[in-house]
Amino acid sequence: MEKILTDLVLSPLWYFAVARGLLVIVILMSISAYTVLLERKASAWIQGRIGPNRTNHPLISWIPFVGTFLAKGGFIQPAADGLKFLFKEDALPGHVRKVYYVLAPIIALAPAIVTMVMLPFGQLPGGQIITLCPGADVGVLFMFAISSLGVYSIALAGWSANSKFPFLGAVRGAAQLISYELAMGLSVLTVFLATASPNENNALSLVSMVNAQTGAWNILFHPVAALVFLICIFAETNRHPFDMPESETDLVGGFHTEYGAFKFGIFFVAEYSHMIIGSSLFILMFLGGWHILPWMPTIGSGIIATLLGLGAFFFKLCFFLFFFVWVRWTIPRFRYDQVMRIGWRVLLPIAVLNLLAYFIWYALRG
Amino acid sequence: MAIKIVVRRPLTFAERTYLPQIIAGLKVTWDNMMRPPVTLQYPDERPTIPKNYRGVPTLIADTNGREKCVSCQLCEFVCPPKAIRITPGEISETSDNAHVEKAPKEFEINMLRCIYCGLCQEVCPEEAIFLQSQYSLTGLTRESMVNNKAKLYELGGTLPDNHHKWDKKKEEAERQSHEGH
Ligand code: SF4
Ligand code: SF4
Repeated sequence: MEKILTDLVLSPLWYFAVARGLLVIVILMSISAYTVLLERKASAWIQGRIGPNRTNHPLISWIPFVGTFLAKGGFIQPAADGLKFLFKEDALPGHVRKVYYVLAPIIALAPAIVTMVMLPFGQLPGGQIITLCPGADVGVLFMFAISSLGVYSIALAGWSANSKFPFLGAVRGAAQLISYELAMGLSVLTVFLATASPNENNALSLVSMVNAQTGAWNILFHPVAALVFLICIFAETNRHPFDMPESETDLVGGFHTEYGAFKFGIFFVAEYSHMIIGSSLFILMFLGGWHILPWMPTIGSGIIATLLGLGAFFFKLCFFLFFFVWVRWTIPRFRYDQVMRIGWRVLLPIAVLNLLAYFIWYALRG
Repeated sequence: MAIKIVVRRPLTFAERTYLPQIIAGLKVTWDNMMRPPVTLQYPDERPTIPKNYRGVPTLIADTNGREKCVSCQLCEFVCPPKAIRITPGEISETSDNAHVEKAPKEFEINMLRCIYCGLCQEVCPEEAIFLQSQYSLTGLTRESMVNNKAKLYELGGTLPDNHHKWDKKKEEAERQSHEGH
């Protein structure tokens, strides 16, 4: 077991590499699909409804109890949703700029997958880090750099669709993403200021960040930075209350108005993967990554500890995804000018002041 | 007229951060999530129809099984979308109800036209037509959406009748003929 896990994570052999590649796609797609299900279920609960509870397949409905349970919980719904996207006619509107129109969904998904590959989410018994790309301990800068590329897909989609609502959505989206990037970077800097030691190379490493949180989690010492970062990931993932690029009430569907079938599906997956990445970053930087509780020594040893760590990470991730959904069905969307005001006149000053305060504190402490 | 000036209080600092409101909102939705759903899973579960529900119009018989409609055609005239078509007919001399004289030979309500207004029920002097509890009506052809007389009586069934107007009339007529007028 331990051997297989280690091999799967670290081995350079090609079939392990292929397996890892497949895992990324399978994990990303299925978590996204099930987050959509969670979205539908949670919105139903909040509104006093039941949510998807019918979809079933004859092969599954034959299994006693389990079959009914799966159908009632809507667990087969994501498959139906996905297949629907796959088999719909993939229309290419006549008035779009074709190359960029097709390129946009690809650019939306690619950065998400690349960032996903680099995310550390556990530790092997030998101390190596579990990522889908072995041995890659890239810093947080890489994450931000790549995942922010997603804004190009919004801009391209809006522009190539060659119609006014997508264009408005794209402009709003681009402005919003750029505005919140700043506050986000500054809040992250505050945390790294605290945990990274001066002479370390790769000081912005996420792994050393998690290791620094064996005792207290960063959220306890950096609540302001955590809050700013949390708000920024809501904005960066274009989720409510910041879903400016979509804002379906005033922009039809925003940047993806002209998209249908599988291309729309890819945008969908990209949005949810950004949610996964954003929440993972928050967990890694503020919520102790794969540590189960603050100040809690590792339980068990070897493979048990690894699995528990993975479980803890996954649990936190699920909670975060639920939190995203919960917020979406609770609060209304901000107006565009409010979004800009919050970004530039509230979050940015707060992040700067917070950073300065920590600077001074460390300077005085020596 | 007294004018009440509502002072628009400026937002407090806490309100301007939005955070307390968002947390309160999250609590509201959380409470909602904990409540049982109110959904009625329609084809499996049926709603309870209130007594005075105005569903599909039907013809009814009285408690003795006599068809109450006397084909006066008032409903046909009053029906706003002209959904009702009546072919009047006579009751044969040998029948028990010969004194009622008339009954519809055919009675059709076109449910593609009916707007469920209830005017037919309102206008009927014989209390013979009622909008009852049936609410789900489907058909595959236009013809199948026209309820004929047999269908209307089948849907209508019997409703309690306090008057038995025609029975009383008959008794009265017999009493008078006995007294020899
Ligand atoms: S249903 Fe009533 S109103 Fe209509 S024809 Fe019969 S008796 Fe007249
Ligand atoms: S309910 Fe109204 S529309 Fe329908 S048959 Fe009666 S009078 Fe006509």
